[in-house]
Amino acid sequence: MKNILEALEERRAAAKLGGGQKRIEAQHGRGKLTARERIELLLDSGSFEEFDMFVQHRCVDFGMQNQDKIPGDGVVTGWGTVNGRTVFVFAKDFTVFGGSLSETHAQKMVKIQDMALKMRAPIIGLFDAGGARIQEGVAALGGYGEVFKRNVMASGVIPQISVIMGPCAGGDVYSPAMTDFIFMVRDTSYMFVTGPDVVKTVTNETVTAEELGGAKVHSTKSSVADGAWDNDVEAMLQVRRLIDFLPSNNTDGVPELPSFDDPTRFDMSLDTLIPDNPNKPYDMKELIQKVVDEGDFFEIQEGYARNIITGFARVEGRTVGVVANQPMVLAGVLDSDASRKASRFVRFCDSFDIPIVTFVDVPGFLPGTAQEYGGLIKHGAKLLFAYSQATVPLVTIITRKAFGGAYDVMASKHIGGDVNYAWPTAQIAVMGAKGAVEIIFRQDIGDAEKIAARTQEYEERFLSPFVAAERGYIDEVIMPHSTRRRVSRALAMLRTKKAEQPWKKHDNIPL
Amino acid sequence: MFSKILIANRGEIACRVIKTARRMGIKTVAVYSDADRDALHVEMADEAVHIGPPAAAQSYLLIDKIIDACKATGAEAVHPGYGFLSERAAFAEALAAAGIVFIGPNPKAIEAMGDKIESKKFANAAKVSTVPGYLGVIESAEQAGKIAEEIGFPVMIKASAGGGGKGMRIAYSLDEVKEGFDRARSEAASSFGDDRVFVEKFIVNPRHIEIQVLGDKHGNVIYLGERECSIQRRNQKVIEEAPSPLLDEETRRKMGEQAVALAKAVNYDSAGTVEFVAGQDRSFFFLEMNTRLQVEHPVTEMITGIDLVEQMIRVAYGEKLAITQNDVKLDGWAVESRIYAEDPTRNFLPSTGRLVTYRPPEEGENESGVIVRNDTGVYEGGEISIYYDPMIAKLVTHAPTRLKAIEAQAQALDAFAIDGIRHNIPFLSTLMQHPRWQSGELSTGFIAEEFPEGFSNPEPEGETARLMAVVAAYIDHLQNERRRAITGQLDRVIDVEFESERTAVLGEQSFPILVSGGEEDEVIVSFDDEEQPRIVESDWVPGEPVWQGLIDDVEVVAQVRPILNGVQIAHAGTLSAARVYTRREAELAALMPEKVAADTSKFLLCPMPGLVKAISVAEGQEVKAGEPLAMVEAMKMENVLRAERDGVISKIHAKEGDSLAVDAVILEFA
Repeated sequence: MKNILEALEERRAAAKLGGGQKRIEAQHGRGKLTARERIELLLDSGSFEEFDMFVQHRCVDFGMQNQDKIPGDGVVTGWGTVNGRTVFVFAKDFTVFGGSLSETHAQKMVKIQDMALKMRAPIIGLFDAGGARIQEGVAALGGYGEVFKRNVMASGVIPQISVIMGPCAGGDVYSPAMTDFIFMVRDTSYMFVTGPDVVKTVTNETVTAEELGGAKVHSTKSSVADGAWDNDVEAMLQVRRLIDFLPSNNTDGVPELPSFDDPTRFDMSLDTLIPDNPNKPYDMKELIQKVVDEGDFFEIQEGYARNIITGFARVEGRTVGVVANQPMVLAGVLDSDASRKASRFVRFCDSFDIPIVTFVDVPGFLPGTAQEYGGLIKHGAKLLFAYSQATVPLVTIITRKAFGGAYDVMASKHIGGDVNYAWPTAQIAVMGAKGAVEIIFRQDIGDAEKIAARTQEYEERFLSPFVAAERGYIDEVIMPHSTRRRVSRALAMLRTKKAEQPWKKHDNIPL
Repeated sequence: MFSKILIANRGEIACRVIKTARRMGIKTVAVYSDADRDALHVEMADEAVHIGPPAAAQSYLLIDKIIDACKATGAEAVHPGYGFLSERAAFAEALAAAGIVFIGPNPKAIEAMGDKIESKKFANAAKVSTVPGYLGVIESAEQAGKIAEEIGFPVMIKASAGGGGKGMRIAYSLDEVKEGFDRARSEAASSFGDDRVFVEKFIVNPRHIEIQVLGDKHGNVIYLGERECSIQRRNQKVIEEAPSPLLDEETRRKMGEQAVALAKAVNYDSAGTVEFVAGQDRSFFFLEMNTRLQVEHPVTEMITGIDLVEQMIRVAYGEKLAITQNDVKLDGWAVESRIYAEDPTRNFLPSTGRLVTYRPPEEGENESGVIVRNDTGVYEGGEISIYYDPMIAKLVTHAPTRLKAIEAQAQALDAFAIDGIRHNIPFLSTLMQHPRWQSGELSTGFIAEEFPEGFSNPEPEGETARLMAVVAAYIDHLQNERRRAITGQLDRVIDVEFESERTAVLGEQSFPILVSGGEEDEVIVSFDDEEQPRIVESDWVPGEPVWQGLIDDVEVVAQVRPILNGVQIAHAGTLSAARVYTRREAELAALMPEKVAADTSKFLLCPMPGLVKAISVAEGQEVKAGEPLAMVEAMKMENVLRAERDGVISKIHAKEGDSLAVDAVILEFA
């Protein structure tokens, strides 16, 4: 009997070594951790329950039948807890066949995906692999398909998080692409559909892997990644932090943590946040940090379309999604990139019942051929669509400008805002004074004195929150210092919100 | 007594004067420029009068505006504070002509002491010890050379009308005298519109010691001990203290009596300061007299218990001094730090902007007799503007002994949280720990000698590092305990436990520790290599910028700022990124390669499509990190682009009025 038990231990020990000590060292040499080390960091210690440790490939082509069969077949799968909450996880093991995807490898992933969906618990994928195992041919491609389909089934039901921690190319990229969040590790990860060699052959473009699909490219230029971290340890610990913000699924509601921050706290310094000069920017992040619990803000897509801010925070210990125009960048204007970024975030929050707090200081949509040719109309419509279809609590605070169509888009009362507040500094109008006067009083353009008088008249009448407040588009004009208290109370009241959409198969958002 | 006074100043000194006036039952009137509309002194005063645009020359320096403000509000007297109009005889005269009392000395005294040459003549006549030198106007470099040889090298060439180090040259040889003379003269002409210079002996390793005097309109003058202000950076005082660690009773009395003699010689009738330069052998020479309240007056107030502003108001009203020389007793030691909006790690480049965080330490006296006082004119959410002196606050601590006052100052600095702008608290904190400062072996060259390479935040060592590790462990423990309380947990077959064996990593150092909860809210942190565990108590909660608590019953204060997976801690003049890992996390973290700081490109790129409103530099110009390079207007917002590092501008690609696309090159560094 004892022998049998010992044999198990031996087999386990062998499986845990993956591709062997030498490959593990090579992995470390590249500044990367192994799949199992990453899982150790990600999950509560001792909580990992591994599945399919002994799975092996069944390929007999191109010499694969002669190669050592390595248990696990390039992916480590299982489940465990993050601060006591169940999550499912798979981690590509670069030390085993370069983490390449075989039929059996895909089956392991699929098993975990099915369980995660059935158990309504988040799934986290850690990517560090060389793509399809070419020797397996269409069996590998079929495997991808099975994984993709399940990504889509699970979308909007359980949070799916992908972390790119090494190569991720070809077929491997599309599973992460369909998950809710992609994070990357700087300098050690890259992600592209076709690599530099193919690029060179096809387009004659010379480019490095880092330039083509490094963390910087995807977190600032392409918006494929939602964030980037310096190394594997930082990444895994930050994913733990993110999990603490996220609901386990689309019906359980947001997790709650004890808060040390008084929800009725006044912050007098907010009374001076808006500069006297309307052309001076200020940092919207200061407002976010001073309103949410303990200043703790987990930003999503921090490096991309910085004219809008998206991220998670807590109020009274409960998760909220924050969307805010950033006057520090392009005056907080809405352009195609900002609209896409925010609309995806709003839809994530709505899928998972996370209330959204929107801070508005928006001068309008960005004019120009680049924007129009790039489809600003459709991209802007995405954000309008996302807010309009949202049934989660929507609390909106207009701090300064809310001009034109952008006013409507930014969670206005008209498209479903539940509680809409404005600071006394708010200016809610079709456009700024100068442009407006030049159109309304075109006949007076030559007369500087008249124009000045008209401008002043316009400013007094329209560049305030009171025209909107008189019509009930703004529920109340609030003191900036009371914002946290107002937001907390609004969110508390909205916890019982029930709003329903008419039955539909699904909507047809302008993709 | 006056029923209403006007304070012709701004910032902390205006607030400080208002406090005393209010205590005396006197109503106050503030004046303010456009830039100070929301300033604290305006808020504190009973009334406020707007006096013009931000530039001081168009507001705080306009005598007529001040007098009009007095008339409009019925203020009977004016306190000028320091700077601005405080030492303008013309101002005192104009007030007198308008029937308003000047809370300061008589105009003749201001005039006599305002001129460096005149004041020396008075000093000589009053038998005050003066630096050997030539007091007449020097006509030529040759004459200057001759005088220098007579009094002996090194010598100093100084502008008669000067101050603040402008128009000042030190010469060790005849050639240097000749060169320095011309330079000093042209600098004096351009800075002060007066090219007169004089020559005097230069004291090696000098210390700056000054005597506070107080006179009334009845011929009484007393001295209130000395202040030492030797810790200076480019002739600007940084730290002041009272008394001076150099002086003995005998020297103090001699200096005080000479100061009183000088004050009497000009019928001095207010608070004033007689500045001396002192040698390490306690020799001292008269430097100049400041006919106003000094910035650093609080240290004198702390050790004498006398409110100087109150005394100024009383004597201005005509009261006789109620204090005699015998009543003046020096009690304990006071240290003052000047907190400036400047970046000590970037060569003290001024920093302006919004005070996103401003949380000064708690003021008042604690049970061990330490008093903390913070004189300030700002508040959280306020603005440090480009128009005025970048001083944020004066932090004063008073304790029975010098070392205790220094210790209290260090702790108060650790408890002083400022964010949004750069400030010199890290530098001041490091200074407080400096052994030479603590030993009192000072000279005005202290900072230049001890920080020849400039300043960068040192990493903690020894016990300081351990205390910081304990603070980090406490914070980590608190957060972990909370995480365990998250909702939605799996029904527990196995309880979620956080490992108590942990490793605190501070920069390059790591400490294996054991962390556990103790009685009530205590947290127990044991270092593997120490026998006694450390017991931590604190009521700190996440989100607070200052951690305050007891570690083994000793009070520890540190600034804590969240960073990814950890906390950045500043304590006792050191700074470190602290992370508390499980042992396994630490093991794996140690495998992670060190990140090389990203190469800042040699190009300044336009961060957004916009219109170039200004290029603030020229080709070939040297710039310091943080200096403005260009201003780009985008979406009608003015964005100032600043240098990310020190460098030389090699080429400018854009000009004013250009419309640039995003990432267009504005200029290039060499």
